Amino acid sequence: MSPVKTPLVKLSAIRKSFGPVEVLKGVDMAVEEGQVVAMIGRSGSGKSTLLRSINGLERIDGGVIEVDGECVDPGQIDLRALRQKVGMVFQQFNLFPHLTAGENVMLALKVVKKQDKATTRAAAEAALAKVGLGHKFDAYPSQLSGGQQQRVAIARSLAMAPKVLLCDEITSALDPELVAEVLGVVRKLAEEGMTLILVTHEMRFAREVCDRLVFMHGGRIAEQGPPAELFDRPSTPELAQFIGMVEAR
Amino acid sequence: MLNFTLWDILSNLLLAARWTVLLSLIAFVSGGVAGLLLLVARVSPVPPLRVAARLFIEVFQGTPLLMQLFIVFFALPLIGIETSAWTSAAVGLTLFTAAYLAEIWRGCVEAVPKGQWEASASLAMTFPEQMRHVILPQALRIAVPPTVGFSVQVVKGTAVTSIIGFVEVTKAGTMITNATFQPFLVYGLVGLIYFALCYPLSLSAKALERKLNVAR
Ligand SMILES: Nc1ncnc2c1ncn2[C@@H]1O[C@H](COP(=O)(O)OP(=O)(O)OP(=O)(O)O)[C@@H](O)[C@H]1O
Ligand SMILES: [Mg+2]
Repeated sequence: MSPVKTPLVKLSAIRKSFGPVEVLKGVDMAVEEGQVVAMIGRSGSGKSTLLRSINGLERIDGGVIEVDGECVDPGQIDLRALRQKVGMVFQQFNLFPHLTAGENVMLALKVVKKQDKATTRAAAEAALAKVGLGHKFDAYPSQLSGGQQQRVAIARSLAMAPKVLLCDEITSALDPELVAEVLGVVRKLAEEGMTLILVTHEMRFAREVCDRLVFMHGGRIAEQGPPAELFDRPSTPELAQFIGMVEAR
Repeated sequence: MLNFTLWDILSNLLLAARWTVLLSLIAFVSGGVAGLLLLVARVSPVPPLRVAARLFIEVFQGTPLLMQLFIVFFALPLIGIETSAWTSAAVGLTLFTAAYLAEIWRGCVEAVPKGQWEASASLAMTFPEQMRHVILPQALRIAVPPTVGFSVQVVKGTAVTSIIGFVEVTKAGTMITNATFQPFLVYGLVGLIYFALCYPLSLSAKALERKLNVAR
């Protein structure tokens, strides 16, 4: 008998309102180690809000979030332990412009993980090499293309050795010709067994790379399952309409 | 009646101007340090700290500097703290400077994109770590021109301390006028001395600002 596997990320009845508007209306979701989950849905359906609550960037109003045994502290006083297990990559890269690519990657290793100089340097070089930017260690963000900046941002998160990586539309701010290099890195991570939760509009990528697709609608998970199944046989009219809309583009 | 040469007047004014400069420096440096602490409190995630800092800033920005000096000079002795004109002037101007610099710098901190806070928070950095390594280095760059610009206000602010009896260049001007009966000449010279102190500061603030705009 196989032991009961506890999920790496477990969300139960997550609720979140901005003022009078309830944006998350009770979301349950579990992600197991090594799984790659894509969240899709219309603009405003709450995808970003859900993702951002997993590492405490948004304070939830109800429900429980657990990541690898760390609970998101309801008062959000101490998120340090949780955030070391959850990496996040943003649409706008958010690299630190006053630091080089290498320094961007090393900063939290030094400040948060308190690693010594040599360890930090080696880890940063390895992380940058992994995203194909070993040669850009000393370049400032302003000297890099959007695709390169996003890959540095991925390396910066990876260097912290997170258990799960959250990606919020990380190719949406890129010129079309730069999207592939970033998706290539994500694909490689997925193949290596990294646990990933992605919000994406890249449907083909979602279909090819993800184990599970989560369709959000009106602050709830309307439907979820293997990508092929959802794409080919959507069971809600909302998803059917969403797929039609996306494919018409 | 004694006769005063122009040089007598000017040399006395210049001697007093040393105190203007010294008081400005002290107020600016200690006000800068206090202002930095105030800034950190003002943008911190701890509500009571934020409220206290905000209150301090509002009070010092919402009342005349002269009032603040009166309170330090006349009110503190009432509760048993003896103050000289010199310490009152230094303390009063320091608090005034701190409040204004904190507010100027808060604008610079707020000009740093929200994504910088979010990215550093996602890397598990705490508020002090974020400030120290991510936010302040970026805010500092844009803070330099308005900070240098504000130093002009500090220099001019020292004139007010003449009223509580601190002998800087304005007070010296009044004393010399009382002896020479040449207010135009004396205050004209006083004005020139202030201008000589302030003009280079505002010029460099403008130059720094231009440099920053080009660097963008
Ligand atoms: N800080 C905020 N303050 C107020 N309302 C907000 C805030 N953040 C998000 N919202 C609102 O919450 C709703 C859900 O937003 P969210 O960003 O989670 O949607 P999304 O599914 O990520 O959309 P998109 O595809 O456009 O990124 C939207 O109606 C949005 O306007
Ligand atoms: Mg979003």
